[in-house]
Amino acid sequence: MDNTKSILIVGVGGQGTLLASKLMGHVLIHKGYDVKVSEVHGMSQRGGSVVTYVRYGSQVHSPLIELGEADYILSFEQLEAARYLPYLKLGGTVVANSAAIDPMPVITGVSRYPEHLLEEIKARSVALSTCDALELARQAGNAKAVNVVLIGLFAKQMPFDGQDWKEAIKATVPARLLDVNMKAFELGYQYQDQDQCQDQLGI
Amino acid sequence: MRELLLGNEAVARGLYEAGVAVISSYPGTPSTEITEYAATYSEMYTEWAPNEKVALEVAIGAAVAGKRAFAGMKHVGLNVAADPLYTVSYTGINGGLVIGVADDPGMHSSQNEQDSRNHAKGAKVPMLEPASSEECLQYTKLAYHLSETYDTPVLLRLTTRIAHARSLTEMGERLEPPARTYSKDIPKYVMMPAMARPKHLVVERRTEDLIQWAEDCSINNVELNGTRIGVITSGVSYQYAKEALGEKVSYLKLGMVYPLPVELLRSFASQVDKLYVIEELDDFIESHCRKLGIEVVGKDLFPWTGEFSQRLIQEKILGLSQEFMSLETPIPSRPPVMCAGCPHRGVFYALKKLGVFVSGDIGCYTLGASAPLSAMDTCICMGASVSGAHGFDKAVGGHNGKSAVAVIGDSTFIHSGITGLINVAYNQAKTVTVILDNSITGMTGHQQNPATGYTIKGEPTSAVDLEALCKAVGIQRVRVVDPYDLEDTYNTLKAEVESGQPSVVIARRPCALLKTVTHQQAFRMEQEKCVGCKACLQIGCPAISIKGDKAFIDANQCVGCGQCLSLCRLGAIVEGGKNRG
Repeated sequence: MDNTKSILIVGVGGQGTLLASKLMGHVLIHKGYDVKVSEVHGMSQRGGSVVTYVRYGSQVHSPLIELGEADYILSFEQLEAARYLPYLKLGGTVVANSAAIDPMPVITGVSRYPEHLLEEIKARSVALSTCDALELARQAGNAKAVNVVLIGLFAKQMPFDGQDWKEAIKATVPARLLDVNMKAFELGYQYQDQDQCQDQLGI
Repeated sequence: MRELLLGNEAVARGLYEAGVAVISSYPGTPSTEITEYAATYSEMYTEWAPNEKVALEVAIGAAVAGKRAFAGMKHVGLNVAADPLYTVSYTGINGGLVIGVADDPGMHSSQNEQDSRNHAKGAKVPMLEPASSEECLQYTKLAYHLSETYDTPVLLRLTTRIAHARSLTEMGERLEPPARTYSKDIPKYVMMPAMARPKHLVVERRTEDLIQWAEDCSINNVELNGTRIGVITSGVSYQYAKEALGEKVSYLKLGMVYPLPVELLRSFASQVDKLYVIEELDDFIESHCRKLGIEVVGKDLFPWTGEFSQRLIQEKILGLSQEFMSLETPIPSRPPVMCAGCPHRGVFYALKKLGVFVSGDIGCYTLGASAPLSAMDTCICMGASVSGAHGFDKAVGGHNGKSAVAVIGDSTFIHSGITGLINVAYNQAKTVTVILDNSITGMTGHQQNPATGYTIKGEPTSAVDLEALCKAVGIQRVRVVDPYDLEDTYNTLKAEVESGQPSVVIARRPCALLKTVTHQQAFRMEQEKCVGCKACLQIGCPAISIKGDKAFIDANQCVGCGQCLSLCRLGAIVEGGKNRG
C-alpha cells in the first residue's frame, strides 16, 4: 500500500530491540493505524545482527521491509546502521546509537571495524540523528535503559506527541523501572547533537 | 477486543477459545511461543514433552479420550512426530486434534528448509495455512471444527513471518465444546493389518470429502480484479503479493493447502489470461495445477529456496526494481556467537586443542562450529551427535588416535540422544559423549525440560539424573566436569578420548543468561602486562577484542566466568574490571 510507512529497527542480539518495537506498536495502534511488527527469534539473538520490521498505515499487508523501502532506520549500533543502510528510502531518516560493538570477525582479526561510518552515512544525504545512548542511559540511572534513550531520540523524528510515547512506556515497562525509563526517554527526546545545534543556529 | 498479537500468540488464543483441554509440545523456533502463551491459560493443561513424537502421542491419547488436544513443533520436529502422524490419520480422532507446525523458509534458526506441506500430503491429513495473526486465531478454531466433522487430525502450518509477526487480532470468548465420551472401539483405534486396511479406504474417502469442502469453503477465496493476471497463493506469500500487485491482479487465496480444490482452480484459471502460482519453497500448489492440466507460471520464475518478499514479486511479475543506496566501505559480518560467560565455550576450546572428530548436534552449542573455535565436524539433526560418533567409530575407530566425540545439550540428549547412547553401550562404541548440561533448553529461549526439575509453569517436579541414567544404560565411565574449570575439562576429556572405552562426560554449568545465575565482577586486561599475543582471543569470547596492539576486555559484556584466565601465560587478565553501569 502506498501510504504504508516502514521502520527498520536493527542492532546486536541481546540489546533490547524487541522492547523498542513493542513501544512503537503501542503508539501506532493508539493512533489508529493498522500495524505489523515482524521479529526474528532464535539463533541470531545470540549476539548476531538482528532486525525487526515495523510497518503501519491504513492497511498493511507484508510484514517485511525490503531494500530501499524503509522510511526510518533505528539502529542500536553503528555498524548495523551501515549494514542496513541499503534498506533506507532515498531521503529517509536514520536514528543511530554511536556505540560500536566488535563482531567476531573483527575480534578474531579477519576484518577491521570501519571508521567514520556515521559521517559516511550522513554524506549520503540521510537525515541522521545520533547520540551516545549508553552515556545518556547512565545519566538516567541505568545502563540497561539504552533502548529507551534511543526510543526518545527516535520519537523526536516522528510526527507524534512526546506524550503518546510516554503513555506507551507507562503501559509497557514494569512499575519499578518506570522512573528510570521515563528519565531515559526524556534524555533521548531532548537530546540535540552538535551538528543539529549548528544546523539550527545556521552555522 | 483487538490486540497486536504475535502469530504464535494468536494460535494460543485460538486454542483457548476452541476449548482445548490438553497441549503437549517440544520447543523449536519458530513454533515455541504457541505453547508458552498457551501455558498462561489455566483452563488448558500444557506441558513440554521430551520430544515431538511423545508430544503428538500425548495429544492423540487426549483426543481419543474425547478432549480437544494440540501438539506444537517446528518443521523438523514433524519428522520426529511423523510416525504417529501417518497412523493417527487412519484411526481418526474423538475429541478434535490439531498439530501446529512452523516452517522456517530462509532458515533463520533451522538446519534445513523443508516444506511441511509434503507431510500433509504424505499423511493424507488436511492442512490449513493462515496469512495473519487474525487468521491464526480463526483457523485454529476452524481446524477443530474440521477435525471433528471429518474425523481427522488437522495440521496448522505457519511460517516464520506469520509465527513471528504481530498484527491486529480480534479476540473472543472460550467456548467449551460439547462433551464427547470415550467408548472402546477396537476397529477404529487399534491399527493392525486387519483393521488398518479398511481404515485406509476411509482415509481416501475422507480426502475426497475434504476436496468437496475445499471447493466452496470460506477460507479459499477468489478476489477478482480484472482478467489479465491471476495469482494463486497462500500464507505470507499472499501478503507479499497483495503488497506488490495490489488491485492490478486477481487472487485465489488458499486457506487450506491440502487437499487442494479442483473445480475452484479450473474456474479461476478460466477467468484470467495469465496465471501465476506464488508459493515459497516447494512447487506444491503448482504441481497440483499442472496435474489438472492448468497452465501456470511458478518455479520457472520464482526461486525454490529462501523467503519471498513484495520486492521479489514486483521484480518477477512487473519487472520493477527499487532504487537504494549503499556504502563503499566493506561491512564485516556479524554472525551469532556464544554469549560471554557461555559454559559451552571451554568445552569446545578443549576439543579443538585435542584435535578430535566432533559429531555435533542442534542447540546454541552448534555455534562451536564457528571461528575461532571451529570445533565441530557434523551437525545433522537432534540426537545425531551420539549415533553419528558411534558410526564414525565403527568405520575408522576414531581420529588422530583419539576416540570420536559427540557433543549434545541436556534437552537434546533427552529428546533423542538417549537411544543413541544405549546403542553406544550395547554395541560398545569407544566414543566419548559430552553432555553439555546448562540446565535449560537454551537456543529457543529458556524452556524447562525433563532434566531441569521444573515444569512449563515453573513448578518443581522430578528431574532426570543424568549420571544414573548413563550408568543404567551400561556406560561404565561417567565423569562430571565444570566447564568454567578449563584445565580440568581439558584433562578429563583428554583422558576419556584416550581411554578406548564408551564414556560420558557431563559438562555441568547453568546458561549464563539464566536469571538465577549471578554474574561475577568483570575481569580486566592489565595493559602493561599484555604483549598482544592474542592467545586469549582463541576462546572466541565476544567480550575480548584487540584495541591497538593490546587485548581489551569489555567490562559491559564480561560476566567474570574466568574461562579465559588460563589462556594468558603472562597473567595479564586480572580481577577488578569496572562494570560501567
